[in-house]
Amino acid sequence: MVEKTPFLDLFTYAFLMLGIFIVGFPIIYSLIAATLSLEEVSRVPMPLIPGDQFIVNMKEAWSRGDLGTQITNSFIMASGITIGKIAVSMIGAFSIVYFDYRFRVVAFASVFCTLMLPVEVRILPTYEMAANVLSPLQSLWDFLHLNSLMSWFSGNDISVTLNWCLLDSYTGLILPLVASATCTFLFRQFFLTVPEELCEAAKIDGASPMMFFRKILFPLSKTNIAALVVIEFVYGYNQYLWPLLVTTNPKMTTAVIGLQNLIPQADDLPEWNIALGAAVLVMVPSILVVLLMQRWFVKGLIEKEK
Amino acid sequence: MIKRSFFKSKYLPYLLIFPQLLVTLTFFYWPAVQGIFQSFLLSDPFGRKSKFVWFYNYIELFTDPLYLKSIFITFTFSIAVAFVSISLGLFIASMANRALKAKALVRTMLIWPYAVAPAISGIMWLFLLHPSYGIVALAIKEWLGVNWNPVLYGSDAMVMIVMASAWKQVSYNFVFFLAGMQAIPKSLIEASAIDGASPFKRFWFISFPLLSPTFFFLTVMNIIYSFFETFGIIHTVTQGGPGGSTNILVYKVYQDGFVGLNLGSSAAQSVVLMTLIIVITFLQFRFVEKKVQYSG
Repeated sequence: MVEKTPFLDLFTYAFLMLGIFIVGFPIIYSLIAATLSLEEVSRVPMPLIPGDQFIVNMKEAWSRGDLGTQITNSFIMASGITIGKIAVSMIGAFSIVYFDYRFRVVAFASVFCTLMLPVEVRILPTYEMAANVLSPLQSLWDFLHLNSLMSWFSGNDISVTLNWCLLDSYTGLILPLVASATCTFLFRQFFLTVPEELCEAAKIDGASPMMFFRKILFPLSKTNIAALVVIEFVYGYNQYLWPLLVTTNPKMTTAVIGLQNLIPQADDLPEWNIALGAAVLVMVPSILVVLLMQRWFVKGLIEKEK
Repeated sequence: MIKRSFFKSKYLPYLLIFPQLLVTLTFFYWPAVQGIFQSFLLSDPFGRKSKFVWFYNYIELFTDPLYLKSIFITFTFSIAVAFVSISLGLFIASMANRALKAKALVRTMLIWPYAVAPAISGIMWLFLLHPSYGIVALAIKEWLGVNWNPVLYGSDAMVMIVMASAWKQVSYNFVFFLAGMQAIPKSLIEASAIDGASPFKRFWFISFPLLSPTFFFLTVMNIIYSFFETFGIIHTVTQGGPGGSTNILVYKVYQDGFVGLNLGSSAAQSVVLMTLIIVITFLQFRFVEKKVQYSG
């Protein structure tokens, strides 16, 4: 760096190699395991030379875990969350930063308060909510005794049950995770740094708010959007608890959940080659997204936490 | 804050914020209120009858040795994960920061575990540390002479989930430390080098103190990660066992609520977790932001 330190440099590179090796080891090891036959993988210690069973294991994992369906589900869920989150929070932030209205501060505060409340801390009530999204309305309905009121009006017995169930549906997988204060906050911070002159100029030219948003703000936010796409895609793809609760139908589960069924239990054949093959297959999409969009990813990760 | 030049419109701003508020209200506030309400109720497992019992659920909870044990386990677990992953991340980042020519390549090679789902990390470590097949387990047995068996021994199971959780988090910490180090002005490093400080001294007296905001931020983030996001790891690797030795708080909420159907207790546990995370967030914003920021 500043001076020449050949010994220290050697040390640095040696430890870096070691670090990279340690970090990469579980994945490399899983990849090797995925190429071996059952007999080889259960040998102790497992051979470290890749075998020739890769295609066979992958096919087996693919059909046994129903990975085609599940990876598709994961993709739908991850893209839904990504697109939904970015769209919702971007227009939300636009409203908070570029408009003056009575409930602006209240709106911002109520969104901001949820900044760090992950779905994990409110498992059961959120699940009940997903089982019937209209339950708040139902409570209001019951509270106001509208049933008896309506019966009284019409002279017949009327009971109204409001029910909209999100369980085992894509909407249920996506919608509860779309609310995100972090994205709104990020867009707000970014919009605040956009020069005032742009908005003034747009107003002088007679642009409507939506025109300004579409023609100026949106193109300016492209890098931020790219960064968030990577982060939110990985977030959505790797979700565990929520899909576990919301889906019971195996056709609707996501890939990360489905893997659980492939882990050999104590009494099963130790088919780790298949379980790890499936694990490698499932993590490929999110790893590819991170590696291919690495520049935006690093930027987004660091910006997001500022 | 608002822009100096803003738009005036009667309905548009409400329309724009509406989706966000709607989702936040339905999936954050309403469940949170319901959770608090439920935590004061005692209900039968089918949710048909319930009785208002004031703080009964909380009193039960904090006198339950299993819950107190779970609190202890959670703290041990999260401190271990934070310590291992932060120190490894810092170490690798300080090495990578010295590797001038290969920085981009090194970053690429280290970044990808971030993309791996916690549950998948759990599966891989389950195999690596499997008492009869795992290669790392074999190494532990051979070299350390430990009778390694995470299926039977609670402490071994704890080591296993710490490794699976910390491994995934190293790359996250690494990215932040590397970014933090690159933001340190070169002139400071060069000035101290002219004054005769060795690379180690430069790291210890200049880089390290300047990294303290990153350090604190990462501590908070790692603790939050190990409190909540490691659910997938616990669920795939140990399911809270053996004998509840890896039953962290989040997993207990799930088990009591969804498996044991003890709704009141599960709700009370959720409320405790919510309070905890609000306190952490508050501390982060109040304390960390003000006291540790050197660069303004």
